[in-house]
Formats: sequence, structure tokens, C-alpha cells
Amino acid sequence: MAAASVRVVAPRPTGVRASKGVRRDWVVGYTMVAPVVLGALAFVVLPLGMVVWYSLHEWNVLAGTFTFAGAANYERLLADPGLVDSLLASLWFSIGLVVLNIALALLLAVLLDQKLPGTTTFRTFFFSPVVVSLVAWTIVWSFLLQADGGINGFLAMFGLEGPNWLRQGGTAMLSVIVVQVFKNVGLNMILFLAALQGVPEELQEAARLDGAGAWRRFRSITLPMISPTILLVSIITIVGSLEVFAQIDVLTGGGPGNSTTVLVYYLYQQAFRFNEFGYASAVAVLLFVIVLALTLLQWQSRKRWVFHEV
Amino acid sequence: MKSDVMPPAGNGRADAGRSGAGHSTERSGAERPGAERSGAGVAAQALPSTTLGGLRPARSPSGRRNLAPAGLRARRRWARGGLVALLVLLSLPFVFPTWWMATSSLKPMSEILQAVPTIWPRNPTFEAYGRVFTLQPFAQQYWNSLYIAAAVTIGTMLVAAMAGYAFARIRFPGANALFVLVLAGLLVPSEVTIVPLFRIVNSLGLIDTHWPLVVIPVLGAPAVLAVFIMRQFFLALPAELEEAGRMDGLGRWGIFWRIALPLSRSALGAVAIFTFLKSWNLYLEPIVYLSSKDKFTLPQALTQYVDAYGGPMWNVQLAATTLTVLPVLVVFLVAQRQFVQGLAHTGLKG
Repeated sequence: MAAASVRVVAPRPTGVRASKGVRRDWVVGYTMVAPVVLGALAFVVLPLGMVVWYSLHEWNVLAGTFTFAGAANYERLLADPGLVDSLLASLWFSIGLVVLNIALALLLAVLLDQKLPGTTTFRTFFFSPVVVSLVAWTIVWSFLLQADGGINGFLAMFGLEGPNWLRQGGTAMLSVIVVQVFKNVGLNMILFLAALQGVPEELQEAARLDGAGAWRRFRSITLPMISPTILLVSIITIVGSLEVFAQIDVLTGGGPGNSTTVLVYYLYQQAFRFNEFGYASAVAVLLFVIVLALTLLQWQSRKRWVFHEV
Repeated sequence: MKSDVMPPAGNGRADAGRSGAGHSTERSGAERPGAERSGAGVAAQALPSTTLGGLRPARSPSGRRNLAPAGLRARRRWARGGLVALLVLLSLPFVFPTWWMATSSLKPMSEILQAVPTIWPRNPTFEAYGRVFTLQPFAQQYWNSLYIAAAVTIGTMLVAAMAGYAFARIRFPGANALFVLVLAGLLVPSEVTIVPLFRIVNSLGLIDTHWPLVVIPVLGAPAVLAVFIMRQFFLALPAELEEAGRMDGLGRWGIFWRIALPLSRSALGAVAIFTFLKSWNLYLEPIVYLSSKDKFTLPQALTQYVDAYGGPMWNVQLAATTLTVLPVLVVFLVAQRQFVQGLAHTGLKG
């Protein structure tokens, strides 16, 4: 518990043993949490157990056979070049997304923090894609990124010939990343903006009197002061990036080749295109382990590089 | 276990006490004496109000402008002009797609396919909008998305408020263990459990119905964030308010319904906004669970406007997309403050 939110529940006028009133309170408590607790058991714990169980089985949906196979699915996982490709695709996507997203979010937040005219309007612009339906946003960008789409038409006005963005190995992944960055960077921008406004003005003032320039002040004061937010936003973005699905499905369908088949898309294909439920479950277990490991790793590293702990 | 992992929770509350609470005090304080302090703990108020474009009282102009000589001032003005120009340039990729979507939906296919794009449709036509409804049961699909999102939102608000209240306010044996069990849902991405959930839904005979799209989000992993936010809110609610209710002879349910719930409107609002948008945007689950067109939800339906060769019918697809996007965008522009606060704050928690 964060210290601020610990609050002692009001003392009850009861003796040592639980009185009737207290027990009635228990019943109310159990009743109130029952929906989410039962939901957690039925829709989180049970499926998690099932997915592990499935992953240990050879499952032929068409023939209706379900036989114990031990670690066979995991052995197949290790030898599967498609899985390596999808892990690499996920890795590139995550790295590209986090780097571009954090950099742009920070830039936008710093610009909006300058008390410039029209700040409110710009903030609305940058935030608006966050509320636009993901698939709708992706479809519009898909339209813009076609070989004869708006972006290449724009480039043609300057005599440039743009590539077929979504159909070429090099640009397909970049396109997916950029579309995703513009969709959600507004959220991170707001979080950074809040953090920037929490940096005490006196520190900036003192540094200014000591002759520190704008960049020096940003490096030595602002950045360390907002480092907890940067870490937090990075974690949210990385974990979120592993769950990218709709964008891939609409923009590239995993292609060209399988250059944009990220792990979740690979899992979806194995399960719902090829009916490989057992193997897909092994992929799902791998995905779960990666998400878990990333979350733990991030929190471990938190103490090492975050300067300003709040 | 979860909360020392979330440093900004406490910090945000302190911020709200300083600058963000003014707004909420007006609203809830008017009807209930003593409600002011609860404003400071309101989850959705945690961002400083300055983030939302209000004045920034904390920062003084500090007289540096007066000290600067005229030449420096002119240079600063130029620098600021440059920054504004940069902002204009940077806002293009955010604004242009929406505008391009709306204008392209008014173009006939021939104009869309022409090599040099027209910024404004030369022969605007609503023909594509008609075809949106003839090619698919689009009105039905719109209604599906709308009622599913509404049901999920109301259900989540109710379930999360109850659980959040009980975990924050009622002492009962095993409460902590149960809370940890529920929180574990935050660590499980929905993609991990999609195969077994599909099998469960299938064995219940509920494939191609809307049940899994309503029940699983309300009770399963997607609701955990809402429970967490509501619990944080109720933890900060002064106990004296409940004591007063108890003096007046209210039971637990009475205190919850008549005192705690009405005070939690801002936190509930945040929960409502992000829950609605999440359901409205759901894509993987509908394509896994639904197979007939009149059951489809919007995100799924939007991708179906293709010609016989599988190529997208752009103007029709963009018309349908426009119909999907504009209402939410309008609501956002009207209630921008609530959206930004609600989403940014829950983003922190997630």
C-alpha cells in the first residue's frame, strides 16, 4: 500500500469475539466482492490453468483427438523458425514503438509546457486519436499508406515517389509502428505534461541564476525529476506493445512474408486459422511468461536508474 | 503488492489537493457538507488542473521578462514563433487523417483513385453513405456495438464500485488474499486466455452470441483496473462520513448506496469512459466469438467493406468509419476535461 492510501477503518464498538453485527458486515463484504472474485476464478485463473493444460496436449480439432503429449509442443516451439521470426517482429515493434513514442510524447509535452499561444487547441489535436476507434484509425492510415494513397500523392506533389509502404519488408513494420505511435502518444504526452508541471520552479530558477542554459536545465533537472514517469510510461507502452493485434490484422495481415507477424498475431493464426489449439496454447504460455518477466524486470531495475522516487 | 508498484497514486492525490480539487469541491460539496475533503482523493482528479489548460497559479512570471533587454526579448519572440510553427507541423499527422477520412468519404471512387489527390472533394456525394447500409446491416451492427458497450460500462461500474468499496472499507477474513487474487488479472493479457475462453464459450453454446462480449469484460480481467481505481477512491474517503450515516441508522448497503456511491461520481466517470472506449474498440474477441454479419460489432464490420476481389471499397469503408468516429469525437470535444483526466489517470494505473 502506498502510505497515503492506508486508512484505518473506523473502530467498531465490539468485543473481542466477532459480534452479530460484525458477522453481518462480513456477509455484506463477501457479497460485494463475490462477482469479481468468482469472475477472476472463472475467467482468469481457470483459463490460465486450461491454457497450460492444453499446451501439454496434441489437439487435433478436426479428428476430435486430444492426447497428452508432454513437452512436445514446447520442443516444437524451440525448433519453429516461424516463432523466432514472430519474436523478432515483436522485439522490433516494441523497441521502435517505445523509442518513438516516448521521444515524441516528451517533445510534445515540453512544447505544450512553454505557455505558447494555442496550447489548449494543440493539446486537443494531439489527444484526439486516443478516443478514435482503433480499427477506424488504422483503416484511415491504411488508406493513406496505399501505393496510390494520400501520402504518396502528397510526396508526388514534390516529385518524389514513395514506396508501397505496407507491402515492402522494410517499411511495413515502420508503418505499423508509426500508426500506433500517433494513435496513443497523446496519452503519454498528458502524463509527461503532468510530470513536467510538478517540477518545482525554484529549482529551474536556481539553475538559471547559476548560468545553466535551457538544455542543461532540461538534462540536469527536468529529466531526473520526471524519470519515475518516464519509467512508468515505458512499462505501460512495452507491455501494451506486446498485445498489438488489430493494427497488424488491418494494416498488413502479418506480411509481407511474416515480417510483421508479432507474437500475438502468430498465436491467433495458429489457433484460429490453423486450428492448432495445443500449439497455440504453448505460444500463449510463452507470451504470458514474457509479459510477467518484463513486468518484474522493470520493477527490479526501477531503483537503479530512477533518481527521484515519489 | 500492487500499490507500492504504483508510485504516482499517492503523489497524484497530493497534487489534486493543491490544484485539481477546486472543480470537484464545487460539484459534490454543494449537496453534502464535509464532502470537500473527499475531492482531494478523487481518483480522476489526480492530474493537476493545469494539465487541462487552466491557468497555472503555481508558476510566477518571476520578473525575468522585466530584466531582459530589448534584443533578448525580440529573440525570444522569434523563438516562440518557431515553436508554434513546430507545433502546427507536428499536429498534421494527428489531425489530417480524420479530416482526410471525412472528405474522402464524400468522393466518388474515381476521384479517390486519381493520381494527384484532391484536398477537397470536387463532386461531393453521399452515395457511399447509402451503400454503407445496403452492403451490410450497418445500423444493426452500430446498435450491437452501442448496447454491448453500454451494458459492459454499466455492469463494470456496478461490480467495480461494490468490490472496490468492500475491499477498501469492510474488514472481513481473507479480504487481502481475495484482493491479490483479483489483481492478478492485471498480469494476464487477454490474448493469453483467448483459446481456453473460446473453448469455454463454445462448450456453453454461446458462440455467435453477444454474451461473451458482455459477461467476460464485466467479471474478468478487463474489470480489474476498474476495481482497483474504485478501491483507491474509497480508501481516501473520510470515515467520518460513514460514521454519520451509521448514526442515522443506515446499514452497510445503505451507506454504500446513499453515501459512498454518490460521492464517487468522478471516479465512476473515469471508469465509465475508459470502459466504454475499451468495449467500443474491442477487436480480437468479436472476431473470435462472432461469425454472422448481423451480430458483428463496428470494428469488425468496418473491415468487411471489400469488393469481390477482396480489395477495400475505400469510399464506403471511409464513410462507415466516419460514422463510427464522429460521434465519439464530438462527445470528446464536449467533455474533453473528463476524457483526458479519466484516460490519463487510468493509463497510469494500467
